[in-house]
Amino acid sequence: MAKKRIVSANINGKQTEFLCEPRQTLLEVLRDTLDMTGTKEGCSNGNCGACTVRLDGRPVVSCLVLAVEADGADVETIEGVAPGGDLHPLQQAFLNNAALQCGICTPGFIMQSKCLLEENPNPSEHDIRFYLAGNLCRCTGYDKIVRAVQEAAGCCGKS
Amino acid sequence: MSTVEKPASTPKYKVIGTRPIRHDGTDKVTGRAKYGADLRLTGMLSGVVLRSPHAHANIKSIDVSAAEALPGVRAIALCGDIPDAANKIAELGEGSVNLQHLRHNVLAENKVLYRGHAIAAVAADTIHIAEEACKLIKVEYELLPPVMTVLDAMKPDAPVLNADVKTNSLGEQTDKPSNIAKHFRFELGDIAKGFADAKVIVEREFHTATVHQGYIEPHNATAMWGQDGHVTVWCSTQGSFTVRQQVAELMHVPLGHVKVVPMEIGGGFGGKIAVYLEPVAAILSKKTGRPVKVLMNRADVFEGTGPTPGSYIKVKMGADANGKITAAEAYMAYEAGAFPGSPIGAGAMCVFACYDIPNGKIDGFDVCVNKPRTSAYRAPGATNAAMATETVIEEICEKLNMCPLDFRLKNAAKEGTRRIDGPVFPRVGMVESLEAIQNSEHWKTPLSGKNQGRGIASGFWFNCGLKSAATATVNGDGTVGLVEGSTDIGGSRTGLAMQFAEALGITVDQVVPTVADTDGVGYTDVTGGSRVTFATGWAVYEAALDISRQMCKRMAEEWEVPVDQVKYENGGVTGPDGKRLGFAEIAEKSVKHGEPIVGKGTVDPQCPGGAFATHCVDVEVDPETGKVHILRYTASQDVGTAIHPAYVEGQIQGGAVQGIGWGLNEEYFYDDKGTMRNSTFLDYRMPTCLDLPMIETILVEVPNPGHPYGVRGVGEVPIVPPPAALANAIYNAVGVRMQQLPMSPPRVMHELLKKNK
Repeated sequence: MAKKRIVSANINGKQTEFLCEPRQTLLEVLRDTLDMTGTKEGCSNGNCGACTVRLDGRPVVSCLVLAVEADGADVETIEGVAPGGDLHPLQQAFLNNAALQCGICTPGFIMQSKCLLEENPNPSEHDIRFYLAGNLCRCTGYDKIVRAVQEAAGCCGKS
Repeated sequence: MSTVEKPASTPKYKVIGTRPIRHDGTDKVTGRAKYGADLRLTGMLSGVVLRSPHAHANIKSIDVSAAEALPGVRAIALCGDIPDAANKIAELGEGSVNLQHLRHNVLAENKVLYRGHAIAAVAADTIHIAEEACKLIKVEYELLPPVMTVLDAMKPDAPVLNADVKTNSLGEQTDKPSNIAKHFRFELGDIAKGFADAKVIVEREFHTATVHQGYIEPHNATAMWGQDGHVTVWCSTQGSFTVRQQVAELMHVPLGHVKVVPMEIGGGFGGKIAVYLEPVAAILSKKTGRPVKVLMNRADVFEGTGPTPGSYIKVKMGADANGKITAAEAYMAYEAGAFPGSPIGAGAMCVFACYDIPNGKIDGFDVCVNKPRTSAYRAPGATNAAMATETVIEEICEKLNMCPLDFRLKNAAKEGTRRIDGPVFPRVGMVESLEAIQNSEHWKTPLSGKNQGRGIASGFWFNCGLKSAATATVNGDGTVGLVEGSTDIGGSRTGLAMQFAEALGITVDQVVPTVADTDGVGYTDVTGGSRVTFATGWAVYEAALDISRQMCKRMAEEWEVPVDQVKYENGGVTGPDGKRLGFAEIAEKSVKHGEPIVGKGTVDPQCPGGAFATHCVDVEVDPETGKVHILRYTASQDVGTAIHPAYVEGQIQGGAVQGIGWGLNEEYFYDDKGTMRNSTFLDYRMPTCLDLPMIETILVEVPNPGHPYGVRGVGEVPIVPPPAALANAIYNAVGVRMQQLPMSPPRVMHELLKKNK
């Protein structure tokens, strides 16, 4: 076993230090070391998007990022989306539109959608479907998810 | 929680038919909801399962010494750690299971029957050490030829998977080991006369691939075997009571000494009913005295759980010159996987159930093959069957020059129609589901583009009733703690709270629903069979009536009037001379003096009411690649009463898209050694949002006479029509009849090249 490394990252606005083995993924450290289990594991090979977080402003699947790569980075997870208690417009839109059933893919969809709306505040339906194509949902058929993102885009645009 | 919209369609209800935000919603959009894998207990170890790399082999020896010697390894479990089960059959509510087969599926003993079959499990300080230890376990195999399709497995000289499986043929037990576990037959009328009366007869053969439920959350289980012999299991399951029973029976622990705590569940669709990891975690905990959490990775999920059967189906149907079906015959062989128990029975019940058919014959075969033991998947068995029936019908319509929608309306099952397997339908909505499509904007909008075509198909699912229980405690502030046992896969907590609130005339915000563990609520069968909103909904309705009766009794005493002079209505108790007290006021009184008010509801309803759906799809087929692009999709369904319409729509949309995946892309792809070659989400290609348009839904409400609010199960039937509707659309687009699933680009291309030769 390789020696553990000290990694320092800004996670949800808080400077955080943790120890990890070089083989551990960011997903594993978030969940098992830092107790932030809102980020979900669906496949561990980058295919499903359930573990999407924001790393230095870009959406990444945290199962394909080694934790040591996060040294010095800005990381945002689902736990950081509504820090003050008020839901983010995307979270509220997912609730309003019944855009979740089992909910396991929801944190990943919200993180990916948040990145979309920051890049493109007025996405077309096709833009949304294209940007979210790496996130799998098996319950909803995506209809209500797309509508939720459309609704949130309207809100974000206004605010 | 707020009510987003209140449609005018169900004015007789105050709560039912509205779209409140679900009670567990905030936790799920903020990442706080705790799913099975999120659990962490003090002293917890990690468990990993070693799985067979071979599809069919005898196990000659297992050597765990090197694994045991690895630092950090705490225990290793093998099949011998589970007591021998002989051939005991356990009744599990929704079906029975041979415990020895279950035991051998949880951990193989002398033989592995599929790639991915669990052999051993390691508990270690970290998941990485457990994984390394698994690699150090030496298993010596004697390879056997794999049998991968039902037709191969049914051959007389096929290698036999299970020496103890002997064919039950038309009710008689034979004594020769075979892969055919069962052959049964349903008959109605005179099949020979029926075909003699037909003007047109069409007979076709179909092959459908093995597919997976595809839930995003992998299986997980954590167990703690206490020193007092009591076992606690935390897991993501569709049925905490069925897990309790399977663990108790397998491990020879008294039922009451096993407690199952259902965590939030990340999808199931039928695939999270049988136990896989729970007994393994229990053994490892017993050996170590510590809690052990065992997780599957995605390849484990594909190779070791689920799937739903591939099948071979031959369907023959005849109709007279007026377009009335005169006879229908089906031969259906479904993969059971490694051990008997495919959903062939359900498939045979559904294959012709949409239609009023006077003469019919259905032969069903349950066949073992070297694939994982199949499990339920949303209307299990019905989708394969509908692919056959609904495309044969289209050919008959073509030959008779009849509109396929008119043909279906002419033959639709209705109240009084007898299914070929016997039951007579009560009030059902097959006709209404067809009329809804006929009247839809979609159907009325013509399609004219090149290589474009429209297809329709219908589907049936019988739905289940089964047992449910609920209790409800009235709090002094007028809220109610509603405790129920149906694990919530898709918002059912709120659908139940709504029925409860409706019955008491209170708001849904006053109800705080909780899914309890097996010690905290009465026996409740699985979340499956489209039964939760129906049966558990009825249980909470009974609990509400119980509360209203207790409130009436209390107020009668207080007002000193006979109890028959008080009445619970409009959210309060009314007595003689204008006496009236609201629910919240009675609740407040109840904590100050007198007994607490606790309501109870227990049900075992018998009339779930069948569900019917008709789907309409427009496609464009790329003639260069065979890729099918969906242009428009509309699903109509008889939903009984839609308690929470948004979640009813969601069930329909989700089911339709699973059916689209089944129809167009999804399949277990095996090489000649019986190894699955696509056990990742990249290669097992489920639909993404880019593959799809919006899914339009039409909710047809034909109330079920067998439920206080007319509820009908809605969750399963939407998966049934899509593959057939797509096949019919492909034919209308490019003129090829697809008889294999999935209708992936190479298969469509193959048919196009054949046609254009």
